[in-house]
Amino acid sequence: MPTVNLTVNGKAVSANVEARTLLVNLLREQLGLTGTHVGCDTSQCGACVVHVDGKSVKACTLLAVQANGSKVTTIEGLASGDKLHPMQEAFREHHGLQCGFCTPGMVMSAVCLAQNHPNLTEKDVREGLEGNLCRCTGYHNIVQAVLAGAQAMRR
Amino acid sequence: MTAAPAHRIKGGVQSPVRHESAIGHVTGSALYLDDVPTVPGTLEAALVLSPHAHARIASVDFARALAAPGVRAAIAAGDIPGRNDIAPILKGEPALADGVAEYVGHPVAAIAADTLDQARAAAKRVEIAYEVLPPVLTIEEALERGLLVAPEQKIERGDVGPALDAAPLRLAGEARCGGQDHFYLEGQIALAVPGEERDMQVFSSTQHPTEVQHGVAHLLGLPFNAVTVDVRRMGGAFGGKESQATIIAGIAALLAWKTRRPVKLRLARDDDMQATGKRHPFLIRYEVGFDPEGRIQALDMLYAANAGNVADLSPAVIARALCHADNCYFLPNVRLRGLACKTNTVSNTAFRGFGGPQGMFGIEAVIDAVARHLRLPLETVRQRNFYGIGRNDTTPYGMKVEDNIIERVMAELDGAVDLARWRSEIDAFNRANPVVKKGLATMPVKFGISFNLTTLNQAGALVHVYTDGSVHLNHGGTEMGQGLFVKIAQVVAEAFQIDVEHVRVSATSTGKVPNTSATAASSGTDMNGMAALDAAGRIKARMAEVAAAHFGVPAGEIVFADNRVFAGNKSLAFAELAEMCWRRRVSLSSTGYYRTPKIHWDGQAGKGRPFYYFVYGAAACEVAIDTLTGEMRTLRAELVQDCGRSINPAIDLGQTEGAFVQGLGWLTTEELWWDRAGRLGTHGPSTYKIPGSRDVPPVFNVRLLPDAPNREDTVFRSKAIGEPPLMLAIAVWLAARDAVASLGDHRLAPKLDAPMTPERILAAVDDMKARSA
Repeated sequence: MPTVNLTVNGKAVSANVEARTLLVNLLREQLGLTGTHVGCDTSQCGACVVHVDGKSVKACTLLAVQANGSKVTTIEGLASGDKLHPMQEAFREHHGLQCGFCTPGMVMSAVCLAQNHPNLTEKDVREGLEGNLCRCTGYHNIVQAVLAGAQAMRR
Repeated sequence: MTAAPAHRIKGGVQSPVRHESAIGHVTGSALYLDDVPTVPGTLEAALVLSPHAHARIASVDFARALAAPGVRAAIAAGDIPGRNDIAPILKGEPALADGVAEYVGHPVAAIAADTLDQARAAAKRVEIAYEVLPPVLTIEEALERGLLVAPEQKIERGDVGPALDAAPLRLAGEARCGGQDHFYLEGQIALAVPGEERDMQVFSSTQHPTEVQHGVAHLLGLPFNAVTVDVRRMGGAFGGKESQATIIAGIAALLAWKTRRPVKLRLARDDDMQATGKRHPFLIRYEVGFDPEGRIQALDMLYAANAGNVADLSPAVIARALCHADNCYFLPNVRLRGLACKTNTVSNTAFRGFGGPQGMFGIEAVIDAVARHLRLPLETVRQRNFYGIGRNDTTPYGMKVEDNIIERVMAELDGAVDLARWRSEIDAFNRANPVVKKGLATMPVKFGISFNLTTLNQAGALVHVYTDGSVHLNHGGTEMGQGLFVKIAQVVAEAFQIDVEHVRVSATSTGKVPNTSATAASSGTDMNGMAALDAAGRIKARMAEVAAAHFGVPAGEIVFADNRVFAGNKSLAFAELAEMCWRRRVSLSSTGYYRTPKIHWDGQAGKGRPFYYFVYGAAACEVAIDTLTGEMRTLRAELVQDCGRSINPAIDLGQTEGAFVQGLGWLTTEELWWDRAGRLGTHGPSTYKIPGSRDVPPVFNVRLLPDAPNREDTVFRSKAIGEPPLMLAIAVWLAARDAVASLGDHRLAPKLDAPMTPERILAAVDDMKARSA
């Protein structure tokens, strides 16, 4: 079995994986990082979004071996200790969640979106979150949360 | 005299407290069933699904599957130790197909193996010999052949035949609405853990732990007390984890029973969509008699639902559809017939609204047709048919509408958006644009609250106060994201007058609160909130006695306020009093119980007062269609939603937004497409399109109706919220019809069914152009 070496949430990780193991399975099953969810199994719903070298990636669309040498951040690595990341705080504050299953992926996509758009507009958010499905909220509060979170990230 | 409460507690009723797991959700630490670490030796399971819509199962050969690596067990119907029946209402609905596979996706066998990959690989090696039989796939075919899963239901008032004959004007028509996959983001999952002797512990993603308990007990041949079902949270459910969860949990339990090891069954999304039931598609036929002002004098309607292969919850869905075929309108002479048609498709089931949306879809098609025929605005015809106050106020099933506020709700909407002006803007746009056409429509909603079946309207709770003053709360309701747990915590905080952070809601368990109803019918807060309030009240009364003895005053003078307990100017912290009760050997634990008052229902006669009260709402929506491509966008949605005196306005707002968008999906993009062999073509998000972030209206304003306490004595005068706003999305369907009708100068009723895919819109446009030429 191939060995992969990567940095996950700031910690060096080495793991033996099957060549066909997906990044999401490595994270969930071998590293116990279950905040990254599997919603559709087919790289469409976005519940499994993580950051790989600073870019948002659907962790079920990437093989673990493809992440070799990368820096991976999952939802568990976003907060600093007990202090929530501004985007996490915005989702909480603006009720941008209901069942919560899409939330980790949504937050990870939103952080990346905010980093890439210094002046994020509502239209940018709606287009930028197209790859993240939510069945509960109707997106309204999520969009508000992302706009507020992006603003807080600039401060 | 008592001292005035110094401060309001934090997070009591009516405050917009955040979801109780909000921090868990944003940090990824809230655990769903698939996230919970399992003990070593836990097996993973996979299903073998029928590839045929209808086939006799001649033989099942597990030899090759059992020889595959890691496989520990394989089961089919013949391996079930108890009764292969998980029917929620009727009887004879197997967890594993018994002798006959009745739909593509029907679970026929299951495998347990050391790993998920091994289980799924072995499932492909099970050899099943099928003798393929001809399937029945459509409502029409089932109607023609008289195939039903349950007896016809009827609600009737007056003599509809003569009344139709006597009516000055008469129209007949047909309308269809499609089904809908729940597409909960967390798929169906269960973990069954065998215990000592015959015990079976089941962790299930279910809205109905008691039904899972019963299903597992039946399958294993156990008494109910041997099976305990727990659910902490679901990643969405929407009705899809009511009866359907029992299939998954039941099969996991069978494999756990056979292997004596914990077994987890999690379906892949594509399997989930093929194997489990959905919203019922309906074919609706009507004949309506009316006067030149548009007042309905007689209405004869047939609601035919595609129930799928077994009854499941279909009889109850039909009952609710018929009970909402009136929506807000008085129907003096009416006959409503409901048929649950049997087809070789997946068994359709509960889905938010539970027949209500289809019932209203039907009557709105009638109102739309009458309005177009008379060239009157939809709102005018509606207004002439609205239930009155003190007159014309009895439903077809004989219930008096005592809480009618529909005209107030419509007036609030009009006041907020100025419908006349909006309409003139739409007309001006349409005059100036030959290709893109806009449409505008409103939608009033009256939705009945309570399970139709009176028995189900009961709930229990269990409350403990600990000696540090913290409170442990349990109730029969389940958390699926709707905010039930935080609302009930607010109710208990309010009862004890302590900050909500001191109240901890724990996982729902059949071992704590027994014999529960599903968390369904929007009734979660109404019923479990009252049960929790009852439990808290009992403990509080005992605590007041102790405080009264301590302070030397009558118990009636004890006041709970601001995390303290007062007798005049003297007071104790709530925690101090709790400790004192323990020292004086006074119980700080109680169950609570609630049964909804005033309700009764005779399903045979189609008469009664099935609903404790009604929830009202109204919407106005604007759409634009491209008459060359059939593409449609919802541009603006304006909503007014009644939620009584809201326990948590932030949660209720979120429920309203989410329900509306789910209704929008049902009527627009979500198409379940079956081929001629009965195979579902749209079994994943690549082809089945739930609304995405760009599909929701860019202008979307939701207003909660202010100053509207429930006139019935519900928990703090709140109203249920889960389902009613979904039906506001019917405004989008009507707006699209309006846009199509604009091509014929609004004289003709469009032929436009739901879901309104571009193909259907284009066909409706072409038809309208041809008829109006």
